[in-house]
Amino acid sequence: MYYKFDVVIVGAGGAGLMAAMQLPNASVAVLTKVYPTRSHTGAAQGGVAAALGNVEEDHWKWHMYDTVKGGDYLVDQPAAEVLAREAIDAVYELEHRGLPFNRTPDGRIDQRRFGGHTRNYGEGPVRRACYAADRTGHMILQTMYQNAVKNQVRFFSEYLVLDLLMNDGQACGVVAFEIRTGEIHTFHAKAVLFATGGYGRAWRVTSNAFACMGDGMAIAYRRGIPLEDMEMYQFHPTGIYKVGVLLSEAARGEGGKLLNGKGEYFMERYMPTLKDLAPRDIVSRCIIQEIKDGNGVDGKDYVYLDVRHLGAEKIAEKLPDITDFARNYLGVEPITEPVPIQPTAHYAMGGVPTDIDARVVIDAQWTPLPGFYAAGEVACVSVHGANRLGTNSLVDLIVFGRRAGKHMAKFIAENDHATLPDEPEAYSRELVDHLYSSKGGESAANIRSTMQNEMDDKVFVERTESGLRKALDSIAGLQAAYSNVQLQDKGKRYNTEIVEAIELGFLLDCAEATIHGGLARQESRGAHFRIDYPKRDDANWLKHTLAFKGEKAHDVRLDYKDVILIDDPIFKPKERKY
Amino acid sequence: MNVLIRIKRYDPERDSKPYWDEFRVEADPIDRLLDALNTIKWTMDGTLTYRRSCAHGVCGSDAMRINGRNRLACKVLMRDVGNKVTIEPMLGFAVIRDLVVDMEPFFEKYKSVKPYLINYDNEPGTERLQSSEERAIFDEGTKCILCGACTGSCPSIWGNPDWVGPAAIVNAHRFIFDSRDQAGAERLNILAKRDGVWRCRTIFNCSDACPRGIPVTDLIEQVKRTIVYNDPKGV
Repeated sequence: MYYKFDVVIVGAGGAGLMAAMQLPNASVAVLTKVYPTRSHTGAAQGGVAAALGNVEEDHWKWHMYDTVKGGDYLVDQPAAEVLAREAIDAVYELEHRGLPFNRTPDGRIDQRRFGGHTRNYGEGPVRRACYAADRTGHMILQTMYQNAVKNQVRFFSEYLVLDLLMNDGQACGVVAFEIRTGEIHTFHAKAVLFATGGYGRAWRVTSNAFACMGDGMAIAYRRGIPLEDMEMYQFHPTGIYKVGVLLSEAARGEGGKLLNGKGEYFMERYMPTLKDLAPRDIVSRCIIQEIKDGNGVDGKDYVYLDVRHLGAEKIAEKLPDITDFARNYLGVEPITEPVPIQPTAHYAMGGVPTDIDARVVIDAQWTPLPGFYAAGEVACVSVHGANRLGTNSLVDLIVFGRRAGKHMAKFIAENDHATLPDEPEAYSRELVDHLYSSKGGESAANIRSTMQNEMDDKVFVERTESGLRKALDSIAGLQAAYSNVQLQDKGKRYNTEIVEAIELGFLLDCAEATIHGGLARQESRGAHFRIDYPKRDDANWLKHTLAFKGEKAHDVRLDYKDVILIDDPIFKPKERKY
Repeated sequence: MNVLIRIKRYDPERDSKPYWDEFRVEADPIDRLLDALNTIKWTMDGTLTYRRSCAHGVCGSDAMRINGRNRLACKVLMRDVGNKVTIEPMLGFAVIRDLVVDMEPFFEKYKSVKPYLINYDNEPGTERLQSSEERAIFDEGTKCILCGACTGSCPSIWGNPDWVGPAAIVNAHRFIFDSRDQAGAERLNILAKRDGVWRCRTIFNCSDACPRGIPVTDLIEQVKRTIVYNDPKGV
């Protein structure tokens, strides 16, 4: 089929739906490979930061400072300013659209503490995270979907996007695979927004949904668009041991603490001011250090999250979902027992490079690709730099999803549809036909499993040159095997085996870019910690990685672009202490 | 533990009618049933078809009928199903393939109750005020993940596929009782009709099925009482 819209949005999580809300008078299609309310935004728990100052003094500039410092100064500072300033209005917009925030005694939006968010440039924790119990992301997703229903947004649910269409240096649509029928469709558009989320399934222990396969990043990458700062991948400190399901930082925001096998609340030793509320990269490294020092529980590779002292009532009111997770998946009762946790793959700081209007920029000179936008985890604005603060992912979605929508509204008013390229579906049909017809005998599940083990083992919290090199060799071998993936399911109707195989190709591309960026970056910054280069090196590495796809895994070309600083001494890069 | 998994299969492209398939899976007692389905799909039979995404009970993709009750496969642990488990697609929905059912009619019913905030006043410069007590009245309904487990467990739906069903009523309740909303009467009028709340026979299957612990039947009763007495606690 051929469809024509003004705007095509790929992904129906927070960023995609927030953008759709800004386009009430345009013809908009939202393509999503899962039903909109299944999007992974719904799994976010703790809160969305905005300096409302409802419960104590706060300022957007403090939020900006925390974001820049939390990102270990790899943040583009004007983007962080936009994030912190516009978070306030965006949160009010969510409330006006119906989001049921928890309330203060005087009926305003309540706010809680979260990691790395401080008052007065680092003096101590501040209550900045607006929340709805521990299901804030769920409420954002539901609220946005409700508004999309209200605005009669046209959804194409269970459509997997395979390709971005470009012609003459301009984006002009996408090609999608309809899962229910196996048919391929062309969507012709003036503007395309990728809001496809992250790629946490490249690791085995992950908080991410099965849908988080790096689709948008890989599709852009294959079309010659670089991926920025992919080595900056966040491992959240408190995933349920072995399962990876997240126990929100809100648990520590409400007073929970990390406990080692010797019964010691060890974060006080590492970070005397913020303790358990230090940023995630630091807390994850401290946990790994404790385990290396033999302080894991029973000598194993986990420690505890302890919320017992909060009491049953507060736990039930503020942290109901995550206590359920602990009960359900571990059989542990958090009211009376500490909960086994370990760092879990969680969030991509890197992604498709964009400017502050969510326009995709394709080189170190910030050249935009007209008509192509990206927002949310798939994008790298870069507001998270080398380490994202808790709650800032939801802020990113609503602020830059909104800006993407507003900019697209202007763009489609000023531009016509670009002509489609010849045979727009050729690439996608070949991809699908190859998988249907291949007799190479390889199993996609085996390849994915091997990749996940390699990533867990060598591209984790601590990295080394030799480990990364081995991981790259593995990925190269897995990509070769991938070209011989053979399906058991040759049916057209709701074929999830071919969907998984296509997604595996996306994951391998994202893994490749991640490892290349990490190999080249010979320093330790934020989430990227190199045992062989343990110090941050601003003289050589205060710059963003741009990875361009080559023929094979070893052929990636790297380029770099400067981090944008602003002229204000408070934001000058300095050593990060908490 | 070794588990025998019986699954109702049906691919309309190939099969003239549904049939039972069986698999033996080696599983850890604390594995999720979803993990066992993945083991089958990834190592035994790539054609097995089901939905899944978040794998921890918040996205609502993998609702299915497990040993006769609607559950999310990612919230059921192997130790709780024993050595033999039977899995079917949810009743009351058309089967697309194996455990995947057609959710479109479900979402159409959801949309029919105006499941969004309606407020005709100008938006204030900051937030609208709401007390914690006002918010608590509709809190339960905000937990809904639209998985369909309640609606698919309801005998009234099995008999009357046109009925709006429990999930839609829960989502109407969520706005009818939100102090910021001004369209409660519109929704009550919709739900007072033939295919509204009155086909609910208080069977409580929905409350039992809800993976989020929402007291679905209670919320439906509150809507009924409001239609009759203009008071959710009316008698």
